[in-house]
Amino acid sequence: MKLSAVPITAIKALRRNTMRTLLTALGIIIGVAAVITMVGLGQGAKSEVEEQVNRLGQNVVLVFPGARQLGGVSIGGGSANTLTVEDAHAIRDEIPEVIAASPEVRSQRVLVYGNRNWFTRIYGQSADYLQIRQWPIESGEMYTEEDVERAALVAVVGQTIVDELFEGADPIGETIRVRGLPLTVIGVLAPKGMSLMGSVQDDIVLVPYTTAFQRISGRSHAMVINVQVFNQQSMEIAQAKITDLLRERHGLAPYQEDDFTVQTQEEVAQAATETSRVMTVLLASIAGVSLLVGGIGIMNVMLVSVTERTREIGLRLSVGARGRDVMLQFLIESVILCLLGGLGGIALGAIATELIASYAGWPALFSTEAMFTAVSVSAAVGLFFGFYPAWKAARLDPIEALRRE
Amino acid sequence: MEADFSAVTGQHFNMAVIDLQHITRTYTSGSVAVHALRGIDFTLQAGNFVSIMGSSGSGKSTLMNILGCLDKPTEGRYLLNGTDISALKRDELAAIRNETIGFVFQNFHLLPRTSALENMELPLLYKRDPLSWKEIRQKAAEALEIVGLADRMDHTPSQLSGGQQQRVAIARALVTSPKLLLADEPTGNLDSRTSLEIIELFQRLNDEGLSILMVTQEPDIAQFANRIIILRDGLIQTDKQVQKRSAASELQTWKDESESLS
Repeated sequence: MKLSAVPITAIKALRRNTMRTLLTALGIIIGVAAVITMVGLGQGAKSEVEEQVNRLGQNVVLVFPGARQLGGVSIGGGSANTLTVEDAHAIRDEIPEVIAASPEVRSQRVLVYGNRNWFTRIYGQSADYLQIRQWPIESGEMYTEEDVERAALVAVVGQTIVDELFEGADPIGETIRVRGLPLTVIGVLAPKGMSLMGSVQDDIVLVPYTTAFQRISGRSHAMVINVQVFNQQSMEIAQAKITDLLRERHGLAPYQEDDFTVQTQEEVAQAATETSRVMTVLLASIAGVSLLVGGIGIMNVMLVSVTERTREIGLRLSVGARGRDVMLQFLIESVILCLLGGLGGIALGAIATELIASYAGWPALFSTEAMFTAVSVSAAVGLFFGFYPAWKAARLDPIEALRRE
Repeated sequence: MEADFSAVTGQHFNMAVIDLQHITRTYTSGSVAVHALRGIDFTLQAGNFVSIMGSSGSGKSTLMNILGCLDKPTEGRYLLNGTDISALKRDELAAIRNETIGFVFQNFHLLPRTSALENMELPLLYKRDPLSWKEIRQKAAEALEIVGLADRMDHTPSQLSGGQQQRVAIARALVTSPKLLLADEPTGNLDSRTSLEIIELFQRLNDEGLSILMVTQEPDIAQFANRIIILRDGLIQTDKQVQKRSAASELQTWKDESESLS
């Protein structure tokens, strides 16, 4: 058959039944849009995580209390009280590779300023925490070692606190209250954006860990120790040394498991990346199912179309079409139907990605890669699901086909 | 178009276009065998116009399908322009249907919701040596001109009368310049005046050198051919040469009569 006539014939046939064509394509449109949106969200999350790795700070090691996993036996989990302030000091003072260590204690509390209040997280940290996190001060200053030693009632606040509690006004020198405890704001942190877990990092108040332990949290043990190692090459040795030191300090016998976990920021980030990757695959698979359903819809319609047009097929065969000409015609028709759906799906997927990104505030990337994949996948769906109906059409006997009503 | 047919047929003027040698066709449905054709022998010389008659069940349609290369005989040889059709494969038969034979169906079989011109293009799209779109358009338009429907190019079948639809179907059969025109009850669905017009067109094409084989149920339509074959129970009962009547002059008489009536 004249090749340029194939797509023309296919489009004419599809236009003859516009409504059916649109509804059939809708199945593919929804499938492709779902895949594109899910992949977009997944990639957005992944790039966000990657960006976070850079923002986490340099050469950082995290020490968590308790062992996270012990060959199936959990002893206390991440909330065990095994890390002390003294552990943090020892890590800082006794391991030469370590330049800073901050015992961290978190509390969720309501802040009050004037007649406004705001529910936020209060972090007890050492004075060198901002150096560990590579987090600059925007205005004012960080509290000092002396403030930590005397458990001074001072606080450094994140951008969200400035916006929500002070309505954007300069908070330096103002006093905020946490359960009646007055804290003087002495510094404002530079904005940082979202964290790995999707929380707003700027929604934070930093206080000396001594203040946090004694006056706010009521805890006695650190939830995490943030450790900074002085260069990249020393990370591994530092991790080993921290482990040895803490085992010794905690008096663990050789047969006992660690009662803490030492992880680099990269390891934490990797875990997060892995999680988002798994989520992406999962979501994309679910979206893929709707694409499959769309493909079955195509097959159904093409089968109906072959039955309806049996006489046309018979006529084409009787004026000289070969089986493969008829087959090609129906295959191309199905592929064009799917490509139509693919293009519509890209448009719908782009809109959905944009909406979800702006409405739900999730990071989402609309990638050209996902676009090309969607188009080739939809063409493949067309070929796959169009094959059987097309083959059925090509096998028809011209006399029988012409006789069919 | 006139030159076309004489050139094609002139070459083979003394050769048989169709040579059937003891053709049989048996259908088996389940354990029952139906002998539609029991042994047909005949030859058709180029330039002839043959009518095939016979009651239903006599094997007319089976014979036409075999002649049109839509079906294969169970036994026997079918030589079309000297080529043994029985030995050809499905695709080779398709090529012969496309280029050598023009087939006119009783029910027209035009593509619905498709213009007359596009219906013309259909066989040309399947030519083994693809034509350019320009050639396709040109040939399609020429074919419509032959049957006098040049002004109905853009009409779809539903916008045409039965006679016009049949003429479009004939034009489609002619568009690939075949050597042989097969017509299966071409006037079966038409009134007698329109039938006469179609027969007149056949005679005109026949005069230009096209070989025509036409199945009909109507004895007075059969009279317009120069040879009548009557089938009965899958065998040729009668095969006779006749003096063909002129459809053109009868049409003229008809016109004169209707004028005198009005």
